[in-house]
Amino acid sequence: MAPEVYRSMGLRDSEFERIVELMGREPSLTEVGMFAVMWSEHCGYKYSRPILNYFSKYKEAMEGEGLENAGIVDIGDGWGIAMKVESHNHPSAVEPYQGAATGVGGIIRDIFTMGARPIACLNSLRFGPIRNGKAPDEVVKRNRFLVDGVVRGIAGYGNCVGVPTVAGEVSFHPRFNGRPLVNAMCVGILRVDEVATAGAGGVGNPVIYLGSATGKDGIHGATFASEELADDDDSKRPNVQIGDPFAEKQLIEATLEALKTGAVHSIQDMGAAGLTCSTIEMSAKGDVGMDVNLDLVPMRESDMTGYELMLSESQERMLAVAHKGREQEVIDVFEKWGVHARVIGHVTDTGRVVVTRHGEVIADVTAKHLADMCPTYQIEGVEPEHCRLAREFDIESVPVPADLGQALLDLADVPTLASKEWVYRQYDHQVQTQTALLPGDGDAAVLAPRGTNKGLAVKIDGNGLWVRLSPYVGGQLAVVEAARNVACTGGNPVAATDGLNYGSPEDPGIYWTFDQSVKGVADACEAMRTPVISGNVSFYNHGDLGEVLPTPMIGMLGILEDADHRIGGLVTDSTDVLLILSYDLPEVPQEGIGASAYLTEFHGVENGVPVPPVLHSERLLCDTLVKLAAHGLIEAAHDVSEGGLAFAVAEMFLKSNRGVVVDLPEVEGIRRDDSRLFAELPGFVLLAVNSEKIGKVREQIPEGLSLRPLGRLIEERSLRFRYEEREVASVNIRDFVSRHKNCVVLALK
Amino acid sequence: MIQFPGSNCDQDALWSLRSDLGVKAEYVWHSERSLDGFDGAFIPGGFTYGDYLRCGAIAGQSQVMQAIREMADSGRPVLGACNGFQILCETGILPGALVQNIDQRFVCTTVHLRTENRDSAWTTKCPDVLPIPVAHGEGRFVADEETLRKLNGDGRVAFRYCDETGGLTDEANFNGSVESIAGVLNERGNVLGMMPHPERVTSKKIGSEAGLPIISGFLSVLANA
Repeated sequence: MAPEVYRSMGLRDSEFERIVELMGREPSLTEVGMFAVMWSEHCGYKYSRPILNYFSKYKEAMEGEGLENAGIVDIGDGWGIAMKVESHNHPSAVEPYQGAATGVGGIIRDIFTMGARPIACLNSLRFGPIRNGKAPDEVVKRNRFLVDGVVRGIAGYGNCVGVPTVAGEVSFHPRFNGRPLVNAMCVGILRVDEVATAGAGGVGNPVIYLGSATGKDGIHGATFASEELADDDDSKRPNVQIGDPFAEKQLIEATLEALKTGAVHSIQDMGAAGLTCSTIEMSAKGDVGMDVNLDLVPMRESDMTGYELMLSESQERMLAVAHKGREQEVIDVFEKWGVHARVIGHVTDTGRVVVTRHGEVIADVTAKHLADMCPTYQIEGVEPEHCRLAREFDIESVPVPADLGQALLDLADVPTLASKEWVYRQYDHQVQTQTALLPGDGDAAVLAPRGTNKGLAVKIDGNGLWVRLSPYVGGQLAVVEAARNVACTGGNPVAATDGLNYGSPEDPGIYWTFDQSVKGVADACEAMRTPVISGNVSFYNHGDLGEVLPTPMIGMLGILEDADHRIGGLVTDSTDVLLILSYDLPEVPQEGIGASAYLTEFHGVENGVPVPPVLHSERLLCDTLVKLAAHGLIEAAHDVSEGGLAFAVAEMFLKSNRGVVVDLPEVEGIRRDDSRLFAELPGFVLLAVNSEKIGKVREQIPEGLSLRPLGRLIEERSLRFRYEEREVASVNIRDFVSRHKNCVVLALK
Repeated sequence: MIQFPGSNCDQDALWSLRSDLGVKAEYVWHSERSLDGFDGAFIPGGFTYGDYLRCGAIAGQSQVMQAIREMADSGRPVLGACNGFQILCETGILPGALVQNIDQRFVCTTVHLRTENRDSAWTTKCPDVLPIPVAHGEGRFVADEETLRKLNGDGRVAFRYCDETGGLTDEANFNGSVESIAGVLNERGNVLGMMPHPERVTSKKIGSEAGLPIISGFLSVLANA
């Protein structure tokens, strides 16, 4: 075979040689195509696999039974939660609506394939600036187009399919110019004894194709996602798949109903790499083989070649193995829902996937060669120069502004920090009527699933700037912040899922950043007792300015023993004081404002390092928040994050007619007034309390945490910040609210 | 509870009727020809047939809709919310049509509704102003002048979008409906169609019971029948 053929599919010469060696002969065109997708970074994790071993669950799974489509958490009462995050960055850069829509569809399929009913979607989005002047005009225009398309795509798919989009985050940075990050997460619920598996089995069992017909779309989508996009991205458009949420809705109902019949042996989504991935992975997991006749596959165009059929990424399809003799039961359920269901082959004991088209064998491969023998690469990582500069950054070079109240108002007018109501208003966040804490009302969304009193707090979070400037600490911070967010609503953080988004792993600096930040995520998850149960890696994310901000996005699940104990993030009518719950930070570099939103957005300085968290204290903090919520002792809780303490206080008053006088707390290592307001200190949580309960709140505070008075509410609608009786900043809340509310809306008009 | 391919508020509404209103309710597949034995029907929200062709257009042609028409003619209660309202308009059981929101975007939020006519069994228990969620992309009610005159004259406008105090403002009329109309009744008053989702707010468990007075209209209509 000519080298240009396999090279055009993304395979290296050494990889092709390995294929020939494994097969003992030259592969056919279809076989090379199958190897190319299975050995792409997207499916084969060739650069990330060694590093993912930092995750204890991943390591256990790889050494044991293998990975299922999504991890499952047992929450008690016989219920389990499945959750996973997945990226659709590359397709969204080219065709934002369909790219984002099919990202949502894919992750929902991963969840119901396990037998879980999808009950919530979340998303984490990154774009280049949408404000004039922050990038060249045509770039800003393109960014706005991408924001609009991605949000419409998520809404168009999620709303129609009937899964509420309950939480998420959106931020903007020039490193995402023209190259957005679109990570979608789905949460599902199931009975723990009804988990469906993907490992095929039972020689002679029929293999059934389910779902939409196969077309010529998305061919080599997985390989596409493993390359840097060139300038002629538009030529890649045929690689993007087209979503049909109506078909997905039918597929959900049919799949869940079919699984209930007991006639299904095993099932898997046809996601990336379509029929190739599903036949190979199901066979490899089950230690069996499959004979598949492609002539029987439902096709949109009858002249499709075997190669196209095996590589197509047409959406809304699944592959199942039924128990022999019971295939008609499965087919009947799918046909009731108007979904294709056709037997296309059977399970064999050969360990090989043998594919025929027009009576000829076009591929005959050993499943495990493709699934498990993908070569892995480890790069010698090198710390990038910007990390050293960030550590050495002299904060004294940054002046303290004269009017700090104005600085706070300016931050409210920054798209990354401002209200995202424009976005979440377009998502149906209430369908299924289980959303008990809505977007905008708390630090995480809380779901109250039917059939249990328990509540589920869910959140997705990540800060690429922290990770770029201080990868290990940034990785830790992503985890503790997501955990703190769910704990603020009363949820006990129990498990995480991660979306890891980076540039090319072949670059030593990016590889080092990837390695360090993933280690940070893994160490924090270990210490927080929130294992990473599933995840996704997306490499080769490069924008106009080079690699995007390295962004691990952490999806976190918290459990409330009673959903009625949920806590919002806004002051209530019964609130009369604010308290601050925190732990002592051993190290506050650069006055706590290094790598902060204040430094970046107000001063335009992108440098410095974030404050490292203390992991065991963060766990203690979460446990304490959960107790406070369960005992009904607090009115609201909100953590200090981007924008610092002043911004967090202001956010608690977005829907209040009152104001507050805040006495800024003494923090070791902080001497500047701007730092007192805007330092992004981990482990600082604001509590809104009714003063009659302060004594009881205090009783719940364990050694290692401190509770201090922060402010008292006033009738005047203003925020007044004092330090040792001296007024540091004063802001009219109305002014803050109007900037916060209108910023994104006006930028996109 | 009528189920079409693509209905997605069917489970919510069934739950609301069973658990919060406390009546017996069950799913009826769109291919059914008869609704014998049922006292009323709820046509839930969603994206029937993916909203392909036009919202509610394909569902409006289904067999069960003939049975719904008979139920409507017999004076029994029929409630269509969101896509259910669109389907009722498509079949002509209710007047007018629903077109794309004025800003051409899907909107999910809680809005305020002003109860227009408390003589109807559907609205008799409703307060003057009630907060109810909406979630739709095509909910702008339109009708010709003759229809509007009749709707207004016969007291068949059930609800209008308003602000917190009941004022009819352009801002409150977020989807651009003609005369801020959010819900209408048939001539006999036993069929109510509305874009907002009362079934989403019938339990404190998820924060609000504001929709219960509307949902309990099933019982009021039956009592009057």
